[in-house]
Amino acid sequence: MAVKKLPVAKAINESLRTALEADPKVLVMGEDVGKLGGVFRVTDGLQKDFGEDRVIDTPLAESGIVGTAIGLALRGYRPVVEIQFDGFVFPAYDQIVTQLAKMHARSLGKVKVPVVIRIPYGGGIGAVEHHSESPEALFAHVAGLKVVSPSNSSDAYWMLQQAIQSDDPVIYFEPKRRYWEKGEVNTESIPDPLHGASVVREGTDATLVAYGPMVRTCLEAAAAAAEEGKSLEVVDLRSVSPIDFDTVQASVEKTGRLIVVHEAPVFFGSGAEIAARVTERCFYHLEAPVLRVGGFHSPYPPARVEEDYLPGLDRVLDAVDRSLAY
Amino acid sequence: MTVESTAARTPRRAGTGSGAKRTSAGAKKSAGAKKSASAEKATGPGTQPELVQLLTPEGERVENPAYDKYVADVTPEDLRALYRDMVMTRRFDAEAVTLQRQGELGLWPSLLGQEAAQVGSGRATRDDDYVFPTYREHGVAWCRGVDPTLLLGMFRGVNHGGWDPNSNNFHLYTIVIGSQTLHATGYAMGVAKDDADSAVVAYLGDGATSQGDVAEAFTFAAVYNAPVVFFCQNNQWAISEPTEKQSRVPLYQRAQGYGFPGVRVDGNDVLACLAVSKWALERARTGEGPSLVEAFTYRMGAHTTSDDPTRYRRDEEREAWEAKDPIKRLRAYLEAGGHADEAFFAELDAESETLGKRVRDVVRSMPDPEPMSIFENIYADGHALVDEERADFAAYQASFADAPADAVTGGEVK
Ligand SMILES: Cc1ncc(C[n+]2csc(CCOP(=O)(O)OP(=O)(O)O)c2C)c(N)n1
Repeated sequence: MAVKKLPVAKAINESLRTALEADPKVLVMGEDVGKLGGVFRVTDGLQKDFGEDRVIDTPLAESGIVGTAIGLALRGYRPVVEIQFDGFVFPAYDQIVTQLAKMHARSLGKVKVPVVIRIPYGGGIGAVEHHSESPEALFAHVAGLKVVSPSNSSDAYWMLQQAIQSDDPVIYFEPKRRYWEKGEVNTESIPDPLHGASVVREGTDATLVAYGPMVRTCLEAAAAAAEEGKSLEVVDLRSVSPIDFDTVQASVEKTGRLIVVHEAPVFFGSGAEIAARVTERCFYHLEAPVLRVGGFHSPYPPARVEEDYLPGLDRVLDAVDRSLAY
Repeated sequence: MTVESTAARTPRRAGTGSGAKRTSAGAKKSAGAKKSASAEKATGPGTQPELVQLLTPEGERVENPAYDKYVADVTPEDLRALYRDMVMTRRFDAEAVTLQRQGELGLWPSLLGQEAAQVGSGRATRDDDYVFPTYREHGVAWCRGVDPTLLLGMFRGVNHGGWDPNSNNFHLYTIVIGSQTLHATGYAMGVAKDDADSAVVAYLGDGATSQGDVAEAFTFAAVYNAPVVFFCQNNQWAISEPTEKQSRVPLYQRAQGYGFPGVRVDGNDVLACLAVSKWALERARTGEGPSLVEAFTYRMGAHTTSDDPTRYRRDEEREAWEAKDPIKRLRAYLEAGGHADEAFFAELDAESETLGKRVRDVVRSMPDPEPMSIFENIYADGHALVDEERADFAAYQASFADAPADAVTGGEVK
């Protein structure tokens, strides 16, 4: 059967399985990805079926994981590495930013480093510190990296396939709080392009732009707004670098209003980039300034207050009201 | 089990103090020295490293010419105190696991099985020493006099630390693996600059030894001769990965490559942990620089309460280690030597029950933080953006409060 109903985590697992089967050069690497199947079980069963040479339990060293993945890629492999949690990518940040991102340019295009870095990210699961962060802007800011984040099972499956096939390094952010949400995956359909945004709900009064974990929140906000007679359009960005501004522009030209929603802190976040570009592109269509809803300029707070920190329905709808009030 | 000292292997001053004692156990000692010389050549997975042990798993005291002197002044009262530390720590840990199961804590990293390593090393420190823990050093915190209930806040999700590191010279728990080894080294460099004679202890796990930060900490500590003890609890596992997935040589041998001594100690033997830690701390205090202690022990429980060890290790392994239990071992020694009577054990039971109840009560009444606390303590000198966001958020919160009736809050939020 080509169509299956799978939770996001399982869709990623199937995607990795398909990639490992299709191409002997694909490798899965990371801490605890083998026997344990990863702390979220995303790689469950892969080592059993593909062996320790292809699904590799690495030493506890993120810089080592990414640095050696670069070397393997230089040798013709396509490593898909797992960083166990968002907050643990920083020991590898040097390798990602100073090496992985720049090697293609430095070699005048002669060298390709097709490394995929999977990072479970975002909050809402009641974890301790360093386990709930949204560092996507830190990667999107770096030329040479591509950054994507699926919001549902189908995208989780397909975008990972596409990321692995891409000759560029791709940072693949997985919305961990959506891991257990089920959705349909058609493993034989023709997927949308990796870096295209999609309109996931049509509306006329204002546009909500989100990606990853916040897409569902925005869809729920749009449903709640509809009960109050407001028609919101929701755009799932899917890719944070590059961003499909054409799709965003078309939506804003239709609705005249834009609210960008993400979990990451608003200050210097991806919402700032979107607001600036949309203002340049759609100045005469805008009925209100572009508003942003996101995290505060604070460390991600302890679990018992994370619900106050994270954008929820109310904060999104509050921004919609402010936008409509102009 | 072989009972040999590694002290003779690495040349150093602290281990060669008393000539009389050395000759009295001369035969044993030189045998040990020979053996370790050959082990040094054969640095591979087949190497059988030596282990400093003073109490066998059965609770029998064995002589150790190199380390006996570090526990020569330990009285029966001290032994009972060590026993009490381990029992209280285990009780506290068990209570925390239960509280996690009841939903009162979000997560708990249990120290079950590692009590001797923590209490032995923790009791070797002086008040003016400074300790940099990971996230599992509940027993060390206990020895440093930190109120154990303070350790629970971050696992309940009400704060990211919760204690003042300077009150007991016990730094905050560090979750990012290996980071604290550099902080400890830097702190120790400061101690040396100040000409103080205190020492610093950095705790780390076997998995942590793979991190670049730890390699850099070893380098800095060696180059600057920093008064720091790297106390590695090799509990055999880094979540699902065994130590062989981190290192192809016994961990204590790594120190040699950096130019300081490494010793493997029986991590389930509190007396040996105390002795070896004292040796290492004395080195630090007397200007002899860093050392690595590998406490060879076992994590009896899961990595944390969210982990399922049945996926990666066999029950028999745990059972084999149960026979080496640190608490049972000291109890056997106390009883055999007539160092503790029934009344002592009964009193301790009651005391640990009281601790358990206090921990339960404190945790259950721990309040959730106020939402506005998100904006507290981000900067020491303040920040305009934070002030703006705080004000906006306060107004936003107030908009809910005064929606039904202004009278409820008067629309005032600080
Ligand atoms: C930099 C970093 N990477 C990954 C993790 C996730 N993680 C938490 S504990 C752990 C294993 C640590 O093993 P070890 O150092 O042996 O200490 P132990 O937990 O056994 O005491 C891992 C991989 C982390 N906390 N920090």
